[in-house]
Amino acid sequence: MMKTAISFTVNGRTREAFVPPRMLLSDFIRHELELPGTHVGCEHGVCGSCNVIVDGKAVRSCLMFAVQADGSDITTVEGYSTDAGLHPIQQAFWEEHGLQCGFCTPGMLAAAKELLAANPDPSDEDIREAISGNLCRCTGYEFIINAIRSAGKAMREADIQNTLQPV
Amino acid sequence: MKPSAFEYECPTDLNAVLGFLGEGTDTRILAGGQSLVPMMNYRLVAPERLIDINRVHGLDYVREEDGQIAIGALARHGDIKASALIITHLPIMAEAYGWIAHAAVRNRGTLCGNLCHADPASEMPALMQVLGATMVVSKSAGSRHVPASEFFLGTYETVVGADEMLTEVRIPIPEAGTGWAFQEVAMRKGDYAWCTVAATLRVTEGRITAPRIAVAGLADHAYRLEAQEAELDGAAPGADVFQTVAHAAAEAADPPDTEQISADYRRDLLRTLLPRVLRAAVGRAGH
Ligand SMILES: Cc1cc2nc3c(=O)[nH]c(=O)nc-3n(C[C@H](O)[C@H](O)[C@H](O)COP(=O)(O)OP(=O)(O)OC[C@H]3O[C@@H](n4cnc5c(N)ncnc54)[C@H](O)[C@@H]3O)c2cc1C
Ligand code: FES
Ligand code: FES
Repeated sequence: MMKTAISFTVNGRTREAFVPPRMLLSDFIRHELELPGTHVGCEHGVCGSCNVIVDGKAVRSCLMFAVQADGSDITTVEGYSTDAGLHPIQQAFWEEHGLQCGFCTPGMLAAAKELLAANPDPSDEDIREAISGNLCRCTGYEFIINAIRSAGKAMREADIQNTLQPV
Repeated sequence: MKPSAFEYECPTDLNAVLGFLGEGTDTRILAGGQSLVPMMNYRLVAPERLIDINRVHGLDYVREEDGQIAIGALARHGDIKASALIITHLPIMAEAYGWIAHAAVRNRGTLCGNLCHADPASEMPALMQVLGATMVVSKSAGSRHVPASEFFLGTYETVVGADEMLTEVRIPIPEAGTGWAFQEVAMRKGDYAWCTVAATLRVTEGRITAPRIAVAGLADHAYRLEAQEAELDGAAPGADVFQTVAHAAAEAADPPDTEQISADYRRDLLRTLLPRVLRAAVGRAGH
């Protein structure tokens, strides 16, 4: 099958690859880049578990082809933490029990990251709206909302700039 | 599932896109991919070739031109929703976007792709008819202008031919004082509508003028309620007349009867939402 050369940045590292056009970005991230933190649930855009950040925006990686990422800057959940520890949003999910099985978590974190970058002090209504495209089968959502509220607070207090670029 | 194999082209100018479309193979445009890729993942469609328009220069605009808002083929839902021009001149569109999908889907999905996908329960086809939009449909040989009311033919079907592309949507800026409202009931936040009602109208000397109403989710495509518009034109606004037209519209509707939601329930939604929409639109109209 015809393959196309692409080059892109993932979690701050420049990578190159040959991909067939039909390969979904989600499969490329998981199987070719071996970054399995991006989860795949529905493969039709409904569950949000495959959300990653491409060029500063949260997107469904199951609804993009890997070839389309040529030249892009991608951040997956593996790129959120640093040697210094978890990202404050991850820390808040841990402390507030924002996850149980963790399947939805990478997608929730991407949605939360996008929200807090645009709106560091969101209302609960804003938080609900931001995660409305992410399904969670375990938590009942309340703990996730608590986690995002508390992450926002922690980041405001520590004056942490939440950009959508890799740290 | 995974999409079947296809050839992939990623041109950077519009003429090249139109050239590819004119070649006659089983070709589809890939815009935001938020409807096309799910259908490919399910293998409901398996085009031989995709023309990715995401790198075409100069198609992502929302701009004001001669009393109209012109929206290019690559303007994405999220950017349109947040556009100052839309918020100022077409607040009904900004409001309706709150009902369409979710942030991550709106980050990629385009208005033009949404209109070409033509889902029967999609909101924007109704809105384009209420707002009297014009669709600019282009091929290599030139462009034609199609009124929104003639654009939608049926489920996933529009007047756009295989060798054509919707390059721009032009929406007239409503006159100052135009009242508007949009309401919807869907199963979940961001889902396609069970019933959507959108309207604009003016109120002059205590009488409704220029009412425009469109609904979605009730047939194979969104449609205007022309008989009810005629009834309202010149009427004094009030609960009685709103009820009367809502009943008539519900009687005339022939909505799909599905396992999940019955035709009767959809009619009930129309009967309930239409008076609310009219009341809200009258409330917003400059008197
Ligand atoms: C979870 C989820 C929820 C959603 N909820 C809603 C909702 O509530 N309401 C709603 O209306 N939509 C909803 N959508 C669909 C969304 O609005 C899509 O963005 C939109 O329908 C398609 O736009 P696109 O740019 O992604 O087009 P694509 O998916 O790229 O293309 C769709 C179709 O249009 C064709 N096409 C695209 N652009 C053009 C063009 N310029 N000229 C000619 N043909 C073209 C393509 O070939 C394809 O056949 C939802 C989607 C998802 C995944
Ligand atoms: S796997 Fe992509 S949205 Fe569900
Ligand atoms: S924690 Fe299990 S799906 Fe959300």
